[in-house]
Amino acid sequence: MGGTGGDAKVWAARAVVAVLLLVPCVALLWVPSYTKVKPVVFGFPFFYWYQLLWVLIGAACLAVAYVLTVWLERQRKAARP
Amino acid sequence: MSPGVVGADVDRVALVVFAALFLVVTVIGFMAARWRRAADLMHLDEWGLGGRSFGTFITWFLLGGDLYTAYTFIAVPALVFGAGAIGFFAVPYTVIVYPIIFVFLPRLWSVSHRHGYVTPADFVRGRWDSRALALAVAVTGILATMPYIALQLVGIQVVLETMGLGGDLPLIVAFAILAAYTYSSGLRAPALIAFVKDGLIYLVIAVAIIYIPTQIGGWGHIFAAASKHLASVNPKTHKPFGSLAIAPAGRWAYGSLALGSALALFMYPHCVTAVLSTKDRNVVRRNAAMLPAYSLVLGLIALLGYMAVAAGVKPAGGNAQLAVPELFHTMFPSWFAGVAYAAVGIGALVPAAIMAIAAANLFTRNVYREFIRPAATSAEEAHVSKVVSLVVKFGALVFVLGLDKSFAINLQLLGGIWILQTFPAIVFGLYTRWFHRHALLTAWAVAMIYGTRVAYGVPVPGKLHSHFGGPTAMVGLVHSKVYIALTAFVINVALAVVLTLVFRALRLPSGTDQTVDGDYLADVGDVAVGELPGLADEQAPPPAAAATSPDRSPA
Repeated sequence: MGGTGGDAKVWAARAVVAVLLLVPCVALLWVPSYTKVKPVVFGFPFFYWYQLLWVLIGAACLAVAYVLTVWLERQRKAARP
Repeated sequence: MSPGVVGADVDRVALVVFAALFLVVTVIGFMAARWRRAADLMHLDEWGLGGRSFGTFITWFLLGGDLYTAYTFIAVPALVFGAGAIGFFAVPYTVIVYPIIFVFLPRLWSVSHRHGYVTPADFVRGRWDSRALALAVAVTGILATMPYIALQLVGIQVVLETMGLGGDLPLIVAFAILAAYTYSSGLRAPALIAFVKDGLIYLVIAVAIIYIPTQIGGWGHIFAAASKHLASVNPKTHKPFGSLAIAPAGRWAYGSLALGSALALFMYPHCVTAVLSTKDRNVVRRNAAMLPAYSLVLGLIALLGYMAVAAGVKPAGGNAQLAVPELFHTMFPSWFAGVAYAAVGIGALVPAAIMAIAAANLFTRNVYREFIRPAATSAEEAHVSKVVSLVVKFGALVFVLGLDKSFAINLQLLGGIWILQTFPAIVFGLYTRWFHRHALLTAWAVAMIYGTRVAYGVPVPGKLHSHFGGPTAMVGLVHSKVYIALTAFVINVALAVVLTLVFRALRLPSGTDQTVDGDYLADVGDVAVGELPGLADEQAPPPAAAATSPDRSPA
């Protein structure tokens, strides 16, 4: 790791990236939270639309994580002589 | 038996459309050698990694074409068709995989860029200074990839059969063409063909999920029909076929299949090959955010299994793998069925080509150069890889034609279990050198044997004394069935930790690390480390060597 820490903004960004990456994993590995049929939406049982919804949420999380990571890498490069 | 299956008349219209599209990709495959032309294709960086030059856009198609294979498109809906909700694990699997790769693949890209590594085993060799561990990783990769290539052939075979083309000849012709253009164009061929493949897949799925439900009474009806079918009793096992949502007893199996598969995916050499062909560190991160588009498509493809149930498809011989092609045959006009078959057929070519290239690279770098001819020049490496890619494809063909198809399926199941056991040496190695190389090797061997034995002991439902009946086995600790790959992985890691402590206490030498901390964060523009000893007579420097602005941090 770069050792550029100390800056509160950098640490906050790192924490947010970690959360964004963990959230989709935890949500989908917590299987008991979605193994049910109701409510049905547009004919889709909950089990199916809920997981497909997480595909979209997961992609959004990664997009934000990407923007933050690019910013973090720029900070790291700027900090280096 | 429904009409139009094996032995019935050939569907001429579908066949003509299929053949025309196949011809188009064949031309593209051969022309790819000139695309983004390199000065010298006889270099493994060029033939085997497309010049390490692919940007976000190309990589999105290439990885999409690579990860979501024809076999996936056949097997996932087949599982949903036959067993219901459990088959939908492909969705959480392909969601979880992206946060995982977002974290570690940029580091693998950087260190490989810095040291000119072509395969994951190259990295293992450099990081752990262990020829044996690198060989273990390379052999595991080749073993896991071979049956995967064979299953792509099965995917082509399935659509050929549905069109009424039985026999071995059409399959041999299709594969001979694939082998020829992979030989001449290398990774550029699948990269270019992936555009056609992914375009066709998106088109077919968009049409299928809009058109088919309107024909058979809407989504509500599809799920109702599936629910009714899944609740009925399977005459073979005397239990219901499955359920519409995972039953409490199946939760561990569902979650562990998703997690285990996600951890394993980027241990497959063909996935690493596609990643190392990118031009900078962030391409793979951008793609992690964009690739879930394919996961959505895969989720919808999985639901084709239920559509087949609702449409009353009865695949020949009860072979669930024919469910989706049969559904297309029943629901679509002939010409569009031809497009759909072509999507699956071409969908098999892209990953099969990349897998053959990846297996060939592993052999060349980690067996041939390491153990047979350490003085091999880069032109010789490229030549050996090209020849091996032919051998690999021929082997897969013999496999599918000569042996029982279930043998390939069993081996692919084992391949998934095996490949995950290379995770500690590769991914842990990207972060720490705390582990001892001998500990990693011993733990790998134990996990391989354990996983193989347990998988062998799983009977096929309803058949006593049968083997390789499924990917999950009972684990006493959680009183549930768990994905064998994940159980073996936990044993692997635990053993590696214990043995590392022991070997360190015994002061066994841990070798010299070729890499330094800064290598793992290097980006395009940072210099590559000088050539490895075996490559001293190299003519063309790798692309990175031309770059400037050194930023090596002290070791």
